[in-house]
This record gives sequence, structure tokens and C-alpha cells, in this order.
Amino acid sequence: MTLHSHTPKNQDSSTKHVSRAAHFKMLDVILKRHQYRQDALIEILHQVQDLFGYLETDLLRYIAQCLRLPLSRVYGVATFYHLFSLAPRGTHRCVVCTGTACYVKGAAALLTTVEQFAHIHAGETTPDHCLSVSTTRCPGTCGLAPIVVFDDQVCGYQTPNSVRDRLKPLLKQT
Amino acid sequence: MAVKTLIIDDQLISALEEETLLQAAQAAGIHIPTLCYLEGISEVGACRLCLVEIAGSSKLHPACVTKVAEGMSVRTQSDRLQKYRRLIIEMLFAEGNHICAVCVANGHCELQQLAMDLGMDHVTLEYQFPNRLVDLSHDRFGMDHNRCVLCTRCIRVCDELEGAHIWDMAGRGTRSQVITDLNQPWGTSPTCTSCGKCVAACPTGAIFHQGSTVGEMVHERTRIEFIVNARQNHQWQF
Ligand code: SF4
Ligand code: FES
Ligand code: FES
Repeated sequence: MTLHSHTPKNQDSSTKHVSRAAHFKMLDVILKRHQYRQDALIEILHQVQDLFGYLETDLLRYIAQCLRLPLSRVYGVATFYHLFSLAPRGTHRCVVCTGTACYVKGAAALLTTVEQFAHIHAGETTPDHCLSVSTTRCPGTCGLAPIVVFDDQVCGYQTPNSVRDRLKPLLKQT
Repeated sequence: MAVKTLIIDDQLISALEEETLLQAAQAAGIHIPTLCYLEGISEVGACRLCLVEIAGSSKLHPACVTKVAEGMSVRTQSDRLQKYRRLIIEMLFAEGNHICAVCVANGHCELQQLAMDLGMDHVTLEYQFPNRLVDLSHDRFGMDHNRCVLCTRCIRVCDELEGAHIWDMAGRGTRSQVITDLNQPWGTSPTCTSCGKCVAACPTGAIFHQGSTVGEMVHERTRIEFIVNARQNHQWQF
């Protein structure tokens, strides 16, 4: 059974279509590498999200079928963890830590700055898909509090001004 | 099969070693309040209503998932337990939208019964009034998330007795909710067998028969008992 029939028909962008087909090949490789083991679900979801950017419903269905897991179980796991996203995310990511240490050091002000600057709330993505803003509870670098993670880079000792400076280039380029 | 002797509420009791405190107490006619527990399906120890005190331990222990042990001395009633149990029920009321007066399960609801048993005359916590949905897409059953207490009984009967596993828990924290398949309308579920076990298992009016009005929804627990007996004990009792 393949999922290729499920892929949305994208007549205009043939390049996108090709890369999508390649992604599906890689998806099968990922599943095979984990020997279709049910207990590898979380690891598989991680790799599939890295591949596709987010976890579409059709992908979840395909994974459930291949691993012979109930659909609702796969959906439940995918929605339990903050790291998984079921909707497309922005090219760039800004994660504000609201853990205890960062909170005490002024995370609330940082979050307000980010939200006002990007005109979206935490958990949302800008309409042009440039930036996604979210919060986290302590990635474990409290020594640098308050921290903000821009893409995969942890930035310590942040202030509203430094946050604004870092956001500017991220909001411009796509 | 080893037998253990223990004391529950000053009563000397003997129980099989694989039995839980809840089973031992029930066999001796001692009532412990429960909500997520349903006889015949696995225990998850989620609601914490069955918490009991065990001598020599400062922690409280959930009776439904605690095995009996030799010489144990257990208290199932105390001021502390009463306080916690009432608080748990208050939290459940404040967390959902439970309006007994217009509920299909009024008079046949385990949550309502627990509230009455524990003397909950009002809720001291702030009501959250969450925005929750109602799913009437199934042609025989309905699901009102406002009345769901997230006990996971529907998930477990569907998985363990019916083997369909159409239900599961999605999200986390205040956004947790039970879902069917890929969070789709129940009526569009390709895996639901319409067996009705979830309807019988639900402690509240969250899962109900369509067409029932206030107070009409009676949970047919005997159907679950019948299936459990047939499946697990190979006994068919009519
Ligand atoms: S729908 Fe009913 S049985 Fe299922 S989790 Fe909610 S309250 Fe429990
Ligand atoms: S609280 Fe922010 S890194 Fe620990
Ligand atoms: S009945 Fe024991 S925790 Fe719910």
C-alpha cells in the first residue's frame, strides 16, 4: 500500500511534486529502518516531522497503518508532545522559555515583546510563514536565564531590545 | 495462590495475593469511592478518588492499583481523605461544564452520585467554563465533551473488550480530550463498530444514546459484566 495517491494534486509546481515523492520514499526508508516497530512511534514521528516540516493527517494515517497501531493512538501521541506540529510552521522559530528561572528573570516581558513585534500570539505562525512563536518550560539552560531560542540557537541573558534585534532579520527574509 | 491477611477499617480480612485493596475491600462489603475504575477492564489509577491511608506510610495510596500485602493496616475513611475526595470532585465540576438539570444522565450519573455522597453542596473553586464541543455525527450515539471527566473508561473498554480502539486521549493539560480516530467526527470513523460499549462504560452523560432526554440515559453496565464474564471467565450467565 502506498500513500502516493493521497498526495494533493499539485499540477503547477512540478519540482515540489518530485521532492514530495522523494520524501515519501524516505518515509518508507525511515519506517523500514525502525522495522515497523510499534514502540518506535515517537522516534518515527520525529524523523517524519524533520522530513516534511509538520505531521499532516495523511502522514499520521500512513504511519498508523504501517505500524498497525490504532489511528487514535498515533494522533494522541502526536498531539501530546509540544515538539510535534500538526500544522505547517514558519521558516524560522522563536521559542521563549517560561520556566521558573526564566520567568523570574522577566520571560513575560520577552514574550510580550515577541508577540507585539511579530503581531502573533504564542503557538501561532505569521501569515507569510516567516516565523512561528511558541513557549517552552525550561530546556535546561537556566544558568543563562532568561533565554529565547531562535531557530536552534539558545540565546541567554535576553532583554526586550536584544530580542527585537534578533527578530528583525528573521521576519524579513523568507 | 497465597492468601494475605490484612486489616481494613479495623476489620480483619483475608485476600488473594494478586488482589488489589479495592477488590479486597469490596469483597468485605467496605465501600471505597471510585470513578476511573470499571470492573473487567484494566486499572489506570487516574482519578485518585480511591486514595486510602496505609499505616506506616505518609503517602496516600490509590486502592484500585495497590496490591494487598501481609499485615497491612488500611483506613478508607478519615477527615483528610474526605477533604481530598471532595476537592477532587469539585475540581472535576469546575473543570468541565456539568449542568445536571439538563443532562441526559441526571439521576444515573456517577459524578453526580459521588458529589452527593461526599456532601458537595457547592463548589469552592472558580468554574473554568471551557469551550468544548458536542459531536452528533454518529447515527446512534452522541458525545458531549462538556460532560467528559477524562476517566478513559471509554478508551479502555473499546481497546480491551471490543478490540477496536477508536478512542484515545489527545492533547495535554486543560486541552486534553478524548478523540475518535484522527480527531474526526465520530460518524466518519472507519473503525467504530457501533457496539455501544463506550456508552455503557461512561460514568457521566458524555457518551449517550441519541434521542434520550433529561434523565433518560441509563448506563447498561450488565452488558459489560456479561461480556467480561464470557471473555475472561468463560461463563455465560443470563
Ligand atoms: S467520554 Fe465518558 S468514559 Fe470517556 S473519558 Fe469522558 S467521561 Fe470517561
Ligand atoms: S527556566 Fe528557562 S531555561 Fe530553565
Ligand atoms: S478509582 Fe482508583 S484512581 Fe480512579
